[in-house]
Amino acid sequence: MNIIGKSIIRKDAFEKVTGRAKYTGDELGGHTLHVKLVTSPYAHAKIISIDVSESEKISGVRAILLGSHDLPLTGEEIRDRPPLAVDKVRYHGEPVALVVADTYVIAKKASDLIQVQYELLPVINSPSEALKVDAPLLHENLVSYQKLGTAYPIPHSNIPHVTKIRKGNRETGWQGCDVVVEGSFNFSPSDHAAMETRTATAEVDSEGFIHITTSSQAPFMVKKLLSTYFQIDIGKIVVETPFVGGGYGGKAPVQWEILAYLATRAVKGRRVKIVYTREEDILTAPCHVGLEAKVKLGCTADGKIMAAEILYLFDGGAYSDKSIDVSRAGGVDCTGPYNIEHIWCDSLCVYTNHPYGSPFRGFGHSEVLFAFERTMDMLANKLGMDPLELRKKNAILPGDQTPTQVLLNKSNVGNLPACIKRLKEIINWGEGQIHKIDDRRIRVKGIACSWKTSTIDPDASSGVILTFNPDGSVNLISGVVEIGTGTKTILAQMLAQRLKIGIDKVHVKMKIQSQTTPEHWKTVASRGTFMAGRALMEAADDVIRQIKKIAACVLRVSTEDLEVAYERVFLRDDPKIGLDLKEVVYGYKFPNGHSIGGQIIGRGNYILRRMTSLDPETGAGQPGPEWTVAAHAVEVEYDNRDFTYQLMKAVTVVDIGTVLNHMTARGQVMGAMSMGLAFAGRETFVFDDLGRVLNPQLRTYRPIHYGEHPNYQVDFVTTPQIDSPYGARGVGEHGLLGIPAALANCLSKAAGVELNELPLTPELIWRSKGAMI
Amino acid sequence: MADSLSVRTILLVNGEEKTVTFRYADILLDVLRYQLGLTGAKPGCLNGDCGACTVNINGVAQKSCLTLAVEAIDKEILTIEGMNAPIQGAFVDHFAFQCGYCTPGFIMNCHSLLNQRENPSDQEITKWLESNICRCTGYMEIENAVKSILLQQK
Repeated sequence: MNIIGKSIIRKDAFEKVTGRAKYTGDELGGHTLHVKLVTSPYAHAKIISIDVSESEKISGVRAILLGSHDLPLTGEEIRDRPPLAVDKVRYHGEPVALVVADTYVIAKKASDLIQVQYELLPVINSPSEALKVDAPLLHENLVSYQKLGTAYPIPHSNIPHVTKIRKGNRETGWQGCDVVVEGSFNFSPSDHAAMETRTATAEVDSEGFIHITTSSQAPFMVKKLLSTYFQIDIGKIVVETPFVGGGYGGKAPVQWEILAYLATRAVKGRRVKIVYTREEDILTAPCHVGLEAKVKLGCTADGKIMAAEILYLFDGGAYSDKSIDVSRAGGVDCTGPYNIEHIWCDSLCVYTNHPYGSPFRGFGHSEVLFAFERTMDMLANKLGMDPLELRKKNAILPGDQTPTQVLLNKSNVGNLPACIKRLKEIINWGEGQIHKIDDRRIRVKGIACSWKTSTIDPDASSGVILTFNPDGSVNLISGVVEIGTGTKTILAQMLAQRLKIGIDKVHVKMKIQSQTTPEHWKTVASRGTFMAGRALMEAADDVIRQIKKIAACVLRVSTEDLEVAYERVFLRDDPKIGLDLKEVVYGYKFPNGHSIGGQIIGRGNYILRRMTSLDPETGAGQPGPEWTVAAHAVEVEYDNRDFTYQLMKAVTVVDIGTVLNHMTARGQVMGAMSMGLAFAGRETFVFDDLGRVLNPQLRTYRPIHYGEHPNYQVDFVTTPQIDSPYGARGVGEHGLLGIPAALANCLSKAAGVELNELPLTPELIWRSKGAMI
Repeated sequence: MADSLSVRTILLVNGEEKTVTFRYADILLDVLRYQLGLTGAKPGCLNGDCGACTVNINGVAQKSCLTLAVEAIDKEILTIEGMNAPIQGAFVDHFAFQCGYCTPGFIMNCHSLLNQRENPSDQEITKWLESNICRCTGYMEIENAVKSILLQQK
């Protein structure tokens, strides 16, 4: 019996195609009060006055909350963000006031009547503006903020964090180079645009327990951070998360839950509900960071890369929250997946007056890879070498060291040369990059490679509980949030494989309830299958041990002689002698009534091993457990008359160790490619001079729609990660990572001009070509 | 509770007559969700941009965020909760959903397309389905699901 790799129907499938799947906003509950935000229309302004007198007169208004110095500052590594703005606003969409009312309509009406007077302040509209000597300081108190020891702000600047990567020797590196290229790159922040907007409910019960239900990728962080910010006993905070309607990193930060908690606190713990409008979801909630980058890259005459010197300026926006960590992850894998001996990189998180940043699928990697992999193509071009050949020649391998000086081995890195080889075949690379269709149109291919480790907390852990039902079926309880990735189905498959029972005998608990669900750190970083999988294996071994112990007693045999499979526990050498699981898993009852055992409950947990923080001067350290590698290609039909193009094909070959569920894995990779094409090709916040976002709607901020999608091709290389259950590597993000670079490389080739900005619109191509008609 | 701002009436939802009271200003989506507990139709943008709220009215896909509840009086409203159609199974078989939030709206739109158009061309399918956004899949899975039903119909 082998269920690993099979495209098992997802455990959430029937709920989701019948409309029964419940998301946070679907939990209706009577007597709920509704919360409406008042947000800043400006990106940087002093708050002169707030007049709530008209608003208070509205019947049905139960509370109005304004910012205050009495409220704690919030933020994950540096506590720089007031939950409601105090004295000034620092981004367009920042929460300024909250109205709590009987209905949403009343709350909206009352919020519209709140008069806020602002005095405009000079706006920082990009990271490079923030670094100018005369730039206004967005956080005058940066040095006095509470912070974690891993954040390294530069005092009296707009830089909340610097990651330094120093590997080898810069001078030696450049001396060995025959060919050197240099490029500058940039793109503005954009959005995750999950279809479900951020939503939370909150109430405080008569025992003082705080109940939060939230559309979060990190329900256990909600608990931890609310406890820290408001000095509440962590055990008194109960967080629930049902299905989540898309995350992509955007629901990993904690923001809307804080507002929900403040709202319920203001109405004596009555149940309140906050549902972000699409506009609030785009503006107010944390967004996808922007980036400015400078990359200098050099190699020998035969294409061996010797040195890289890199500056990354992450547009962290108005508050540092998770952007610090994103900028750190960008530093950790600051180059592409290549063996480079001499690396010098400064990766900075920078304050601007933009919506503040959060993780975005790939956690800093697709962003830095856009810059780096574009530079690789520029280098190949100058060198006169095939761009895939250059990558293959320098591909990182076991025995090499990463930028943070981790020694790679056969387990902790995938096989990039194999990915490149397969990619070449799939895209028929041998036929050439450009193929002429007619006088106007050409078909063009572009490629890029990628890698990623997950820079996550060194003490991140995951737990699993298994409980049996009297019929021998088993309930699987894990803290992984079902955000769409299908991880809980994968866990069920792994359990079915381990216990050798039918997948229909494994029941998965989808909803998270922090009192009864064991913690899974956060459902991020493509780490669910690995960490929860390890915990699951331990829990499975635990139940097998318990089953054997009871059976050994009943059958009067040694536990060593027993096997558990096919819903039975039996003698290995004589399978006829045994018991049905259902006789054992709820306690075994002898004919005379004597009983032993009881409900079998298994437990397992896993904590990442031997992770370290990074050295502040060199970046040396172990940031994550393994590096997944991939090779990508994009093929477009390009019109050289009007610079429009049509996406024809997108390909990713990724080394995911073992494929656990083929269709699910393919779905993850295709979805990620789609998101990468959208980020690279069309999605961006359009800012005006005042730092306001001009397109906060899905009509003006336009994701890829049906019919605009290319043909996707996915293939897998399978180099097992030895310490992972069944050898699987992460796969949730990797389809995205190299796609923006691949599209940019493709269109640069097509247009005959270096395209070093995103998004890659026809207008950008036109401007890059000198805007000549 | 009906007054000059609201109306008490009957809506025909999933073949059942439902007595409801709502404001003239209320959108159908809110009445379905908050009065009838039919939460399959989702709010995504409340601006007609994403299609997550799609239901069928007299067999035609409509965005319930752009439809006033009063407009639906005397019409047959079909929501995902009232559906039992092959397209749902096709979505399961082709893994045409991930987070599932856009799925009810997409299925309602596909269902309407399959009922309203016989043997639609690729272009026609695109015209129908481009009004919905799915942020998780690459749309190819949805395309395969729809086409598998068309193949069965042939």
